[in-house]
Amino acid sequence: MSGNGTGIGASVKRKEDTRFLTGRGRYTDDINLPGQLYGHILRSPVAHADIGGIDTSAAMAAPGVHAVFTGKDMEGVGGIPTGWLIHSKDGSPMVEPAHPALALGKVRYVGDCVAIVVAETREQAKEAANLVDVDYRDLPAVASIEAAEANGAAQVFDEAPGNVCYDWEVGDRAATDAAFENAAHVVSIDVVNNRLVPNAIEPRAAIANFDPATSEYTLYTTSQNPHLVRLLLGAFVLGLPEHKLRIVAPDVGGGFGSKIPHYAEEAILTWTAGRLGRPVKWTCERIDAFKSDTHGRDHISTAKLALDADGKFLGLHVTTKANLGAYLSTFATCVPTYLYGILFAGPYTTPAVYCEVKSFFTNTVPVDALRGAGRPEATYLLERLVDKAAHELGMDRVEIRRKNFVREFPYQTPVALQYDQGDYDATLDLALDASDWAGFEARRAESAARGKLRGIGISTFIEACGIAPSAVVGSLGARAGLYESGSVRVHPTGSVSVFTGTHSHGQGHETTFAQIVSDMLGVDFDAVDVVHGDSAKIPFGMGTYGSRSLAVGGTAIYLAVEKVIEKGRKIAAHLLEASVEDIEFENGSFTVAGTDRSTSLGEVALTAYVPHNYPEGLEPGLEETAFYDPLNFTFPAGTHVAEVEVDPETGEVELVAVTGADDVGRVINPMIVAGQLHGGLAHGIGQALMEECVYQDDGQLATGSYLDYTMPRAADLPNFSINHNTTLCTHNPLGVKGVGEVGSIGIPPAVINAVIDALRPLGVNDMAMPATSQRVWQAIRQAQG
Amino acid sequence: MPTVTMTVNGMERSGTVEGRTLLVEFLRENLGLTGTHVGCDTSQCGACVVHVNGTSVKSCTCLAVQADGADVTTIEGLANGAELHPMQEAFREHHGLQCGFCTPGMVMSAVDLANRNPDPSEHEVREWLEGNLCRCTGYHNIVKAVRAGAQAMGGGS
Repeated sequence: MSGNGTGIGASVKRKEDTRFLTGRGRYTDDINLPGQLYGHILRSPVAHADIGGIDTSAAMAAPGVHAVFTGKDMEGVGGIPTGWLIHSKDGSPMVEPAHPALALGKVRYVGDCVAIVVAETREQAKEAANLVDVDYRDLPAVASIEAAEANGAAQVFDEAPGNVCYDWEVGDRAATDAAFENAAHVVSIDVVNNRLVPNAIEPRAAIANFDPATSEYTLYTTSQNPHLVRLLLGAFVLGLPEHKLRIVAPDVGGGFGSKIPHYAEEAILTWTAGRLGRPVKWTCERIDAFKSDTHGRDHISTAKLALDADGKFLGLHVTTKANLGAYLSTFATCVPTYLYGILFAGPYTTPAVYCEVKSFFTNTVPVDALRGAGRPEATYLLERLVDKAAHELGMDRVEIRRKNFVREFPYQTPVALQYDQGDYDATLDLALDASDWAGFEARRAESAARGKLRGIGISTFIEACGIAPSAVVGSLGARAGLYESGSVRVHPTGSVSVFTGTHSHGQGHETTFAQIVSDMLGVDFDAVDVVHGDSAKIPFGMGTYGSRSLAVGGTAIYLAVEKVIEKGRKIAAHLLEASVEDIEFENGSFTVAGTDRSTSLGEVALTAYVPHNYPEGLEPGLEETAFYDPLNFTFPAGTHVAEVEVDPETGEVELVAVTGADDVGRVINPMIVAGQLHGGLAHGIGQALMEECVYQDDGQLATGSYLDYTMPRAADLPNFSINHNTTLCTHNPLGVKGVGEVGSIGIPPAVINAVIDALRPLGVNDMAMPATSQRVWQAIRQAQG
Repeated sequence: MPTVTMTVNGMERSGTVEGRTLLVEFLRENLGLTGTHVGCDTSQCGACVVHVNGTSVKSCTCLAVQADGADVTTIEGLANGAELHPMQEAFREHHGLQCGFCTPGMVMSAVDLANRNPDPSEHEVREWLEGNLCRCTGYHNIVKAVRAGAQAMGGGS
């Protein structure tokens, strides 16, 4: 690895930026197909109702309308599947109700798809949708976990008594109970993890087309994982063979988890295009995005921590209720289980951990992955509890963490994970230093002199990224493998195309992956392009989520490059009349060891495609594919520190400093990595201070637009202090771990711990997210009696 | 249906629109200028910002007929051929974009700020961007880019 100006470790400017900066990005809504019609999805305005009937005649008669389809028209088409089977404590499988793409007989949330109206123009389709007469016969709705589990609650599905999907557990309950019996101290906490709306700035969109000449369907869609959509849509919903279904996810304007799921609209559009023989385009309006993009989080938890007299953690018991919404979205079921419960060792040596999770159906938008997906929920609970333990035991917040850190690796946690490597003291020390933790009391006094309350908060955390290996996740209920593919095609004159099954929607893969390939092959950075997002171009791959793209997808590319080099050595040996074992490859040259006889990659590539003088028995061409199935998760870790200043008169919280000290493994492009950290921090700060998705009791979404749902804006955030201490992942060749979710996992508890620290002198010892000025003001007033 | 004529990126463009057609719809659908994006329906996100007579405007909040006769600049009209505008270059240099969806609006808004204030402070930039949402960057690098871009513009575009 040369480490040169564009190689691994360099802050190379991004390849993708020129098109985005000049308005030449190609997002789904930018695409128009000849003869296209426009579809408008009519959505349920009520949370729970029987459909007495649907009269589409007036809509059909409206100007420009070509078709109106309802659930009855699509009856017989497969339902929208879910990707992970969870088993309950008693061994029974989760309740997995049917999810018809268009509601059949019943609607179950505000936003449920009821009909598609197809017309010549967008406006005609939208106006005609107003003429569809749906006879909704209202049923009582359950819009929260509390409502769903209440005695006599309305049932979202008849087959799910008590609205329970599953009642899952992980860890050794008996050992954990025993730890509490021997504890000197027990500290308890109740927390709510607030429901969030992902809000990628690009709304979802899709265009479906059917070509009768080839019997091929093409679906352009805003997806983080086009092959996964093809598999679910083709094999499970429409019954189309893969070779007749092409999925293109072109430039995608942010995902954050909300563009992982296979959505009903994708099935409706594709099916409709087939029925009409015309392309059909649909673009979600923001108001509909709020009530149809999957939401995130929404947990209610209670937990207790057992400690010995010195503050050493002995046991942790967590009981969580999770809201899954009205239907099971693609990865809904694994987020509050296998991406949550197994995180509860955190960076600590707690010997006994037990977590139980009961998940509920409610009449709300389906819940799925959102940046961090399960890990922010676990980290928030654990780091709030550790802070509370320090307070109740009269211990220093830093020292109680340090006292319990894992320091010997590999470390087997009591909840399934085995950490391969880390240095939690190093990131803690770095964060304390970078945040001037030691100087805080002087800053607190300075704030106090101005009548303000200053607080500082910390969280130390691990995450688990690049979920793997396939055999293990399969044994836990995953219905997919979690490997990744990479192909490297060296062209005859030496430029390179790289094909990845991951998908870039802001992460800069076109740059980072090109850096890796350019560095390894010694090819000019500008001569390497990365292709992603089109199932007709790329090998089967699982897409981008869970901070997996570099650790899993980057490794697949690395392995494909190794194969290219290995084949190149054979060709070079032939050209140089040497034995393969003597050929060394460095900086783009194959050299006979110990000599100055060499040939370039370009010459080898040309020879591979013009094999006049060529090794006997070797296939022509220089293109290799690798599929990489990881041996383990990767474990990024770090310490985040937040410093706030609270105005006791208004309750307003000003975030004055944010410090991240992170170990994300080897950094390929520091500029991009910093950007990922910034974005994650903003997302986590949004959760901690601003964002909250609120449903009324009747299931109406109270926060259904940017006027009601608070998004972090530039003036709400400070600059971020980003710091790295690197330990290398031991089980992938690049030593990389993942970075996309770090901020949203680590920072929320640090912010809330800081708010509590600020308010503690007033007698406030608890604070819920988001810590809005109203909530803080109320807490201050209540504490003052 | 009314016909509108306006100068868009230096060229006179005409089209037939409905009275309710938004400027952003005219730009995207009539003229095929898809660099201007639509991220919301409440004039909150700012992905659709263009310049109308030199001032930044949310083109989702302006009817096409209101821009009749106006001089409109979109993100496609900012660069000088292959040479990026200093504000575009600053966004590239400082990694002020990730997914790119909010970027056209951010850049157009930033150019207007720089035209008014050639050396905005961090605070001034953050306040100015009140009408532009980004979900990717946490704004940190956008703020850096806008300040650098304003300085590079040297007091005007």
